Amino acid sequence: MSQEAEQHALRSRRSHPRSPGEPRLVPYLYLLPALGLYAVFALAPLGHAAWLSFFNWDGVTPATWAGFGNYRAILSDPQIRSAFVHSFVLVIFYCVIPVLVGLLLAGIFSRAGSVRGLSGFRTVLFLPQVIPTVALAVTWRWIFGPDGPFDQILRAVGLGSLARAWLGDFTLALPAVGVVGSWVMYGLCMVLFIAGVQKIPQSLYDAARVDGAGPVREFFAVTLPGLRNELVVAVVLTLISALRSFDLVYVMTKGGPGTSTDVPALEVYTRAFEFGEVGSAAAVATTLALLIFAVAFLVTRLGSRGTT
Amino acid sequence: MISRTEQVGNYVVLTLFSLLALAPIAALLLTALRPAESLGVGFTFPHSLHFHNFVDAWHTGEFSSGLRSSAIVTGATVAIATTLSIPAGYALGTMRFRGDTVLFSLFLVGLIMPFEATIIPLYYDLRRVQLTDSYWGVILPSAALSVAFGTFWMRAFFLSTPRSLIEAARIDGATSWRILVSILLPFARPAILTMMVLTFLWTWNDFLLSLVMLSNPAIQTAPLKLALFQGRYTTDVTGLAAGSMIVALPVVAVYLVLQRHFIRGVLSGAVKG
Repeated sequence: MSQEAEQHALRSRRSHPRSPGEPRLVPYLYLLPALGLYAVFALAPLGHAAWLSFFNWDGVTPATWAGFGNYRAILSDPQIRSAFVHSFVLVIFYCVIPVLVGLLLAGIFSRAGSVRGLSGFRTVLFLPQVIPTVALAVTWRWIFGPDGPFDQILRAVGLGSLARAWLGDFTLALPAVGVVGSWVMYGLCMVLFIAGVQKIPQSLYDAARVDGAGPVREFFAVTLPGLRNELVVAVVLTLISALRSFDLVYVMTKGGPGTSTDVPALEVYTRAFEFGEVGSAAAVATTLALLIFAVAFLVTRLGSRGTT
Repeated sequence: MISRTEQVGNYVVLTLFSLLALAPIAALLLTALRPAESLGVGFTFPHSLHFHNFVDAWHTGEFSSGLRSSAIVTGATVAIATTLSIPAGYALGTMRFRGDTVLFSLFLVGLIMPFEATIIPLYYDLRRVQLTDSYWGVILPSAALSVAFGTFWMRAFFLSTPRSLIEAARIDGATSWRILVSILLPFARPAILTMMVLTFLWTWNDFLLSLVMLSNPAIQTAPLKLALFQGRYTTDVTGLAAGSMIVALPVVAVYLVLQRHFIRGVLSGAVKG
C-alpha cells in the first residue's frame, strides 16, 4: 500500500469508527422517512381496520364492543358470503382463463424459436393494463349495454336472439364483468409467458425430442417447468386484482342487478360510507386483506418450492 | 426444425389477440369522434370526424379541473415516493444492521396491501385531522404504498450493484451519502425511471381513494370526474367516449414513450395496480 493510500485509509477509519462504513445509526436514518410515512399511512390503518372490526360503530356515535360478532356475521350473512363467492368466480375470469390462454400460446411459441417484431405486439397486448379502470369500465358498460356493440355483433352473426342488456341480467352480469377482467389480463399473461419461453434453452427441447416426446409431453416436461417464475408472477398479479376488484364493478354495475355482481370491496365501501356499518365493513376489509395475503404467500411458496 | 407454417401461425395468433385487445379501444375512439347528434347507443362508423365532442365533454365533465387535480396528486406522490424510496432501498440493499430483514418484510406487506383494506380508517383518521377533501388526503396514502414498492424496487437495484464499487469508495473515505449520490445514482437512473413510471400509472389510475377522500368537485381527480360524468349522463355515448379518452390519454402517452420501463417493471413482478 502506498503511503498516500495508507493515510487515506487511516483518515477514513478515524472519521468512521465503525468499519466498514459509518455509525450504526446511519442505515436507520436512510430508512426513517420512508418507514415513517409507510407506517403512518399504510401499516397503522391496516391495524386500525382490524381493531375497528371488533366494534359496532356507525361512524358518528360512540362505538360498542362487538367481539367476533362482525366476523360471525360474515359467515352467516348470505350477502357477504355471496360477495366472496362472486370474487372467486372473478378469479376464474381474471386468473384462470388468461393464464391458460397464455400457457397455450407459450406452448405454441416454444416450437417456433424466436419471434421477430414481438415488441410491437407487446405494446398493443399491454395497452389494457395501462388505461384507467374507470375508463375501461365506461367503455365495456357501453359495449355490453342494451343494443350496444356486443349485441350488434351477435345480430350480425345471426345470434340476435341472444342479444340482451347483459349487465341487467341476474345470471349473466357477473360473467360479463369477468370477461372484462379476462380481456385486461390475457395480454399480460401472453407477454410474460412468451418472454419466458424464449429464455428456455433450446437444448432442453432437443433432448426431449430425442427422447421421442410429442408436443404435449414436451409442454409438460420442458415448457411448463421452465415458466415457473413467470407463472408465479402472473398468478399473483391476476389473483390479487380479482379478489380486490372494485373500480370495474362500481362503475359497470354497482353490484347489481340486485346483488348479483356484489364483491367484497364493494361491500366494504357501501357498508362503511353509505350505510354507516363501519365495524362490519372493517371486518370485511380485514378478511379480504387476510385472504389476499394468504393467497399471495401460498402461491409464492408453492412456486419457489419446486425450483430448489 | 421450425416450419414456415408454424411461423406464420404464430403471427396469425398474435395478430388476432392484438386486434382483440385493440377493438374496444378503437370502437371507443371512433365513437368519440362521431356526430354527437347521431342517436342510438350502438356502434356506428363515423362518416365525418367531430373533434368538438372532446370540447363538449371537457366542459360538461369538468375535465380541466380533473386533470389538474390528477396531475397535482400524481406529481406529488411520485416526487415524495421517489425521494424516500431511494435512500430506504439503499440502506436495505447495501448495509447490514439489526432488524434489516424484519423491516424489509414489513415493506413487502405493502406490495400486496390493497387500499380496500385500509380505506375505512384512512377516511375516519384523516377526517379527524381535516385532511379529507384535500390533496394531501390522497397524496399521503398513495405515497405511503408507493414507498413500499419503491423501497423494494430500489433495494433490488442496489443489491445488484457490484460490492467492489462501494468498497473501493469506502476505502477512499467517501461517506455513505457521497457513495449514493455521486457513485450509485448515475447508474440507478433506469431503475429510478421505471419506478417513477409505475408509480405514476398506479396513482393516476387510482379511483377508490379519490372516491372516498374527495367530495369537493374543485379537487376531484380525472377518473373520479369520469365516473361521476357517467352517473349523470348515462346515455351520452359520445360524451362518455370522449371523456374516457381524455382521462386515458395522459397515461397512454407516457406508456407509449416509456413502455420499455413499464413492461420491464410489470414483468419483474411489480405486484400492484
